Amino acid sequence: MDVDKDGSPSPIEFRLDPASGVPTYLQLVQQVEQALRLGYLRQGDQLPRVKDVVAGLAINPNTVLKAYRELEHRGLVAGRRGLGTFVEGTLDRVGLREQAALQKSMLAWMRTASEAGLDDAGMSALFTAALHELRQSREGRPDEEGGSGRAGVVA
Amino acid sequence: MSAAIETSGLGKRYGRTWALRDCSLAIPAGHVVGLVGPNGAGKTTLLSLAVGLATPTTGQVRVAGGRPAGSAAALDAVAFVAQEAALYRNLSVADMLRMGRSLNRRWDAERARGRLAELDIPPGRKVGALSGGQRSQVALTLALAKRPELLILDEPLAALDPVARHDFMSALMTAVSEDGVSVVFSSHVVAELERVCDYVVVVHGGRIQVSGEVEELVAGHHVLTGPSDQADAVAQRFPVVRDRRTFAQAHLLVRASDPDAAPPGWQRHAIGLEELVLAYIREPSASALPGPKPAPGEQVAC
Repeated sequence: MDVDKDGSPSPIEFRLDPASGVPTYLQLVQQVEQALRLGYLRQGDQLPRVKDVVAGLAINPNTVLKAYRELEHRGLVAGRRGLGTFVEGTLDRVGLREQAALQKSMLAWMRTASEAGLDDAGMSALFTAALHELRQSREGRPDEEGGSGRAGVVA
Repeated sequence: MSAAIETSGLGKRYGRTWALRDCSLAIPAGHVVGLVGPNGAGKTTLLSLAVGLATPTTGQVRVAGGRPAGSAAALDAVAFVAQEAALYRNLSVADMLRMGRSLNRRWDAERARGRLAELDIPPGRKVGALSGGQRSQVALTLALAKRPELLILDEPLAALDPVARHDFMSALMTAVSEDGVSVVFSSHVVAELERVCDYVVVVHGGRIQVSGEVEELVAGHHVLTGPSDQADAVAQRFPVVRDRRTFAQAHLLVRASDPDAAPPGWQRHAIGLEELVLAYIREPSASALPGPKPAPGEQVAC
């Protein structure tokens, strides 16, 4: 289906990865955040209209509304009645220097992990697990048991 | 909140066989409801009763805010798309629209014509000469022209190829977004529900096994993974839907809304809708229904 038929007002378009296991609304939230980080979306830009997303991805309109509510809750967008949803906030873009420093410390961690006998897939799994834990603690649901258990593997 | 479909003690017997039994349900309006279950589970029977194409053997069914199924008031508010989009193959698309207009009290002819034009379906074409995808779109157009409060579809996706499925679902979801129509559709393609449905009803062996909002069901179930020798103790704490064990490791699919429910040394994993629905279908004795929860151990597969 050609979503651009009547001119989508938004600089971005969503896509879904059914195999990711990430809930649909969260995929939309993450894609907006990513677009903000990468500069595809700037202050004042409009998000894709709900009806365009619904028609393009064949998903439940409530899912789109939920994603936009969540983004509003995070202070990134605001709905304007009858007009659509627009970017309000920005995500801090991490500076190049800081990124380089972070990569360096990550590399140090990876060497330690490698010496402990972990292969690429093992490291990647640990990273995903830690990221998951970080997200959960942000949502206010610390998963301490799983956390200490996994941390033990690295040490 | 008004109910899209409400049943109490609903049952339907064909000869000596109960196609549906003891079915008590209250599906709130404003949802996209997936009715799932294996073939012969009673899905079509339940939908036929809700539409008024069949009369109950026991109990009753009300639709679209308390209207008795099959009554004139219900027929005005409910639209139905039967399996394989059953239409008269020798009539032209325009004839089908004319027929729809004369058979319904509420009819939005302009909208129907507009929809077909948007889909590039020629009104002069015979229904039998349309592709499966086009036929299903015509059936959906006819149903929406009634401006129903409740749209019921029996296996709308079964005969469609992947592109036609996507286009059909896209059209259906657009209708939900524009009209706020409640949708109930049956399907045995569980994988496709996750994107679309926010409410799911699982029918199995003529009984309602699961009924609830997708978000609550998914949040209310977890897989706990841990050592097998502790599995019995864990299984006593939660209703277990599915129990998989080897001599060392156990995976228990449990109903527990507390995210910190995992005992020390056990890992908790979230579960997707598809896995959840399949697990229930494979464990006919497990059930999750709203209202009073069964006591632990009762109605639960261990």
